[in-house]
Amino acid sequence: MKRIDAALHTTGEAQFVDDVPPPADMLHAAVFGSPVAHGTILMLDTSAARATDGVVAVLTAADIPGENQIGSIIQDEPLLADGAVHYIGQPVAVVVAESSEIARKGAHRIKIDIEKRPVITDPREAFAQGEIIGTPRTFVLGDVEAAWAKCDLVLEGRCDIGGQEHVYLETQRARAVPLEGGVVRVYASTQSPYAGQKAIANVLGLANHNVEVDVKRLGGGFGGKEDQATAWSCLVALAAWHTGKPVELVLRRDEDLRMTGKRHPYSSDFKIGVMRDGMIRAYEAKHYQNAGAAADLSTAVMERTLFHSTNSYFIPHVKAFAASCRTNLPPNTAFRGFGGPQGMFVIESAIAKAAEALGMPREAIQRKNLLEDGDLFPYGQRVERGEATRTWDEAAAAYDLPGLRQRIDAFNAAHFETKKGFAVMPICFGISFTTTFMNQASALVHVYTDGSVSVTTGGIEMGQGLTTNLTSIAAQAFGIRPERIKVESTNTTRVANMSPSAASATTLLNGNAMMIAIEQIMDRLKTFAAGEIHVPDPAKITLDDEAVLYDGSETGWTWARLVQTAYLNRIGLSAHGFFATPDIYFDKKKETGRPFAYHIYGTAITEVTLDCLRGVYDIESVKIVHDLGRSINKLVDLGQVEGGLAQGLGWMTVEDLQYNDEGRLLSGALATYKVPDAYFMPDDLQVRFLEDAEEPLGPYGSKAVGEPPLMYGIGVFFALRHAMRAFRGAVDLAFTAPLTPERVLMGLHPEGVEAPPVAFGAEG
Amino acid sequence: MATVNHFYLNDEEICTDAPAGTLVLDFVRRHAKLTGTKEGCREGDCGACVVLVGELAGERVVYKPVTSCLMPLGEAHGKHLVTVEGLNGAALSPVQQAIVDEGASQCGFCIPGIVVSLTGYVMQRDVSIDTEGVKTALGGHLCRCTGYRSLKASAGHLQETVGAAVGVEALVERGMLPAYFQAMAECLQKIPPRRSPNGQAAPAFVIAGGTDLYVQRGEDIPEASVHVLNLHPEMKGIVRQDGAIRVGALTTFEEFAQHPEILEIIPEIQDYMFLIASWQIRNRATLGGNLINASPIGDMTILLLALDAGLVLKDGEQARATPITEFYQGYKQLAKTPSEILTEIVIPVPDASTKINWEKVSKRKCLDIASVNSALRVRCEDGVIQEAALAMGGVAPVPLLMTRTNAFLTGKPVSAETVEGAMPVVQDEIAPISDVRGSADYKRLLAQQLLMAHFAKLFPEEVSVEAFY
Repeated sequence: MKRIDAALHTTGEAQFVDDVPPPADMLHAAVFGSPVAHGTILMLDTSAARATDGVVAVLTAADIPGENQIGSIIQDEPLLADGAVHYIGQPVAVVVAESSEIARKGAHRIKIDIEKRPVITDPREAFAQGEIIGTPRTFVLGDVEAAWAKCDLVLEGRCDIGGQEHVYLETQRARAVPLEGGVVRVYASTQSPYAGQKAIANVLGLANHNVEVDVKRLGGGFGGKEDQATAWSCLVALAAWHTGKPVELVLRRDEDLRMTGKRHPYSSDFKIGVMRDGMIRAYEAKHYQNAGAAADLSTAVMERTLFHSTNSYFIPHVKAFAASCRTNLPPNTAFRGFGGPQGMFVIESAIAKAAEALGMPREAIQRKNLLEDGDLFPYGQRVERGEATRTWDEAAAAYDLPGLRQRIDAFNAAHFETKKGFAVMPICFGISFTTTFMNQASALVHVYTDGSVSVTTGGIEMGQGLTTNLTSIAAQAFGIRPERIKVESTNTTRVANMSPSAASATTLLNGNAMMIAIEQIMDRLKTFAAGEIHVPDPAKITLDDEAVLYDGSETGWTWARLVQTAYLNRIGLSAHGFFATPDIYFDKKKETGRPFAYHIYGTAITEVTLDCLRGVYDIESVKIVHDLGRSINKLVDLGQVEGGLAQGLGWMTVEDLQYNDEGRLLSGALATYKVPDAYFMPDDLQVRFLEDAEEPLGPYGSKAVGEPPLMYGIGVFFALRHAMRAFRGAVDLAFTAPLTPERVLMGLHPEGVEAPPVAFGAEG
Repeated sequence: MATVNHFYLNDEEICTDAPAGTLVLDFVRRHAKLTGTKEGCREGDCGACVVLVGELAGERVVYKPVTSCLMPLGEAHGKHLVTVEGLNGAALSPVQQAIVDEGASQCGFCIPGIVVSLTGYVMQRDVSIDTEGVKTALGGHLCRCTGYRSLKASAGHLQETVGAAVGVEALVERGMLPAYFQAMAECLQKIPPRRSPNGQAAPAFVIAGGTDLYVQRGEDIPEASVHVLNLHPEMKGIVRQDGAIRVGALTTFEEFAQHPEILEIIPEIQDYMFLIASWQIRNRATLGGNLINASPIGDMTILLLALDAGLVLKDGEQARATPITEFYQGYKQLAKTPSEILTEIVIPVPDASTKINWEKVSKRKCLDIASVNSALRVRCEDGVIQEAALAMGGVAPVPLLMTRTNAFLTGKPVSAETVEGAMPVVQDEIAPISDVRGSADYKRLLAQQLLMAHFAKLFPEEVSVEAFY
């Protein structure tokens, strides 16, 4: 099946929030953000903004009728700054006007006087000063302290890992429409309709049922519209509440970049103990997470760093510590991988350091220590149906890993300033929200009398192909043609209390909930049909391509007739399904449990060519063996694998978020923050799906796919490092990501260039 | 007083008095309510807003994809603007179908722009429809969902469905374009030309390609009086005359790089182009704009500095010539009066013993702004440097002609020793600052590396990189 909405995309017919024709008297909002990263507001003067022609309202914290609070896990984030500001771009006021230009003009005229306070941008500094969000946590397996002495070699190091901007092509936006009886409906671009609904209700002092959030599709989310979409929905709802008119807010790219949180930068220390033969005995990591100015999802992100701190490897003695550190940057947030990538980067760095010290190929150590069934993760879960070695061995064989090393060694021997490098990157990623209660979902299914079907779930279509997957699953579950199925917008009045579309679990959770609803309808229809057709066992009734079969034989009945007749006989044709992932739990006091329903495995081989004279490089190929169970739709899954990889490659190389010491974003435009383009991505990109890897939790044997492929991108860092060492083996290379051309060139030439002394009297 | 702008938008004739500085993007989305065109960045980096601009060339209309977020509406006069809606027919076009078949649309936000660019690519004559070719079209687009493989794979489909079809008739026949395209040349011929969109004697903004001006002043331009230079076709074009190549200031990067005269003196110019800007931007950005913008890192500026170009400035009918080497006085300070317009760039034709090389390093290899860029023109006889013109960008407040380095190099043999000897002179001559494009130390290192790169590339027999390590 082709992707359901692709044709609409290609004709430009597919609508995003602000493509829908606006209601008659709709107003436009613009946000005034703090110009200072940390300080006390001494004066806020909005009079000139209010006096601007076309400005209808200027709203500040004082205009919030309910509670000025939108924090989800920890309630530490005001919607509009009140008294103090904690990062540059923090919303202080919202200007509502007849056009977005006037609203922005009004916002420019707001005057603010802030008494500056010290700005922290570095997580280690924040940690030292006690600026810690939640409680630092430690996962322990075995006894590292006792193990160090028994290791042949113990190495220590440090990693500094950059953040990452989501660059969803559609910036943050929302449109609020006031309805009768004090109800507000918000058309939002959010991965979390329920979080938005709750926050709006809280801010406006309304009951949840008086707030309706509707989401048709997102122009990309990647985690950036999980918690970070909430504020904009709240602001338009607040503006609509005050003005009584529809209000729309669309962030410009520069505003979005400045005001929203990103993937967390981390600074981490590691210590690894290995034996001469390459076996890893002990590993310790300390992660200092740069959380930004408010909790957002940081504590949950940090938790996943710990869960993935040993990636695909079994290490008998592990101690992993992490602290979420409060700094004066926008609240960092979910981003595909959710803390996992940072944890994996650190263990991969430790292995690289060990391999270099032992004089062994890095991949030899990696392969030796891969997880096997029965091995323990450092959080007490045992490996079941693990695929670490199988994906590795299949990749090594299919893509000729031994030949690759030989070919690269030969190339490097024959070339001076051009070097090649490669790296193998195995991944292991746990599937489920690590916060157990969130692993629940609902769906509402209607069958109309003409046999057409309407499905609403709590899941969001954000490009990951949920709509296509749900359509396939529903068609298969009913036994009817996919054209019969329509997946509706996600709406809080049709499905309540949904978890965000996140954690790669959206199809798993919502697909299963929908199947449960379909099963209820089908049970009723089968019981009814058995009576009509005069057959004894309803369970032997099936539908295949719209034909009603009994025990596999034609009955002469069709889906259309069955539905129509059932309706006339007063059989319910609608159902609500509810699904909760079984057998998962976690004890946060002991830091052990079975937090994941299953794990995703895979292996990628990345090859690069490095121009050591200029420090620039090309990614030649990435070749992957990926485990996704039984694919529901290969086009959808391939898109997820390749797209995740692209983001991971970007994160490790060219995506360079830079803040200065005052907390100001320097890479605040797409001219300065570069993401992969068609030239950057290798033309040679191969993906094989692992065979015979069906996951019983389904739906239909499928596994989650969204996040894990991002972590294949980590391989490019080590492939570049390989090439760099081939040019100058003796230099001490830092584990600092992203590995920009600047870091490559400076790394290869640590002696640098001596700047000439400034001549006396010369201009500075 | 507003003047009327007369053009075609898809199959509709438009006469509007909307301000000339209005962005085509805003006009299309808000006034014409064609929401298939998306806004992703408003600075030409993402391509979500790409439209086709069709311009009469004799009896036919030539179409090019451009970013509508950097194009003034005033320039649309007499042209045919095509949004994704204007490409829709009864069935999906081959481009649209290829994207559907490959599953190359995920969230779909970038897709309308990509459909427009790919269609525009297929409409070009003399292009090859293969992976490398479609990358030209995709180069100006960001897609955050796919990883581009599935989009590149559209090439295979297009080879089958469109093949070697050339010209509007053939493309209409293959379902690539709606039938109304066939009448468009006739429609455009009926629109009378117009030179000044608003008749202002002293406009607040003079717009050439606008690709940087709108990024810097996008908030102010729509409401200001503007002078749209592109309504002056006489400022375009390239001719060879009296030992020099005379380039109209409004010549776009793309026109410059495709021109036989330029290809003759700089055969590698096409290789530089994909490092400089996307096709969609190259179709807008002008040489004159690049020079007047006065960015210390202007890619073409650095090349023209090394080529020792002359500039022709006009104030009304008054014209004067000035060498480019005296044009840059300080950061964004030009040796010209506000009312002078750069009309022509005069490039002396180098002799056969002259070699030219251009280098650029940026964070992302393609379509990014340089950390440091550099051009070298060098004339040698019997292994001795007779004349050297090294220019560097990103190392000073102005695009820098390295006069002391050039003096040092002149008269020296082409050798690694000469290059090593020039290194401290280079370091002495530059004064880079740390910014988002790199630290000062990095830029110093790059200046040294690019000096080596120039010589290693131009004189592989005499200078090997290995000699420097």
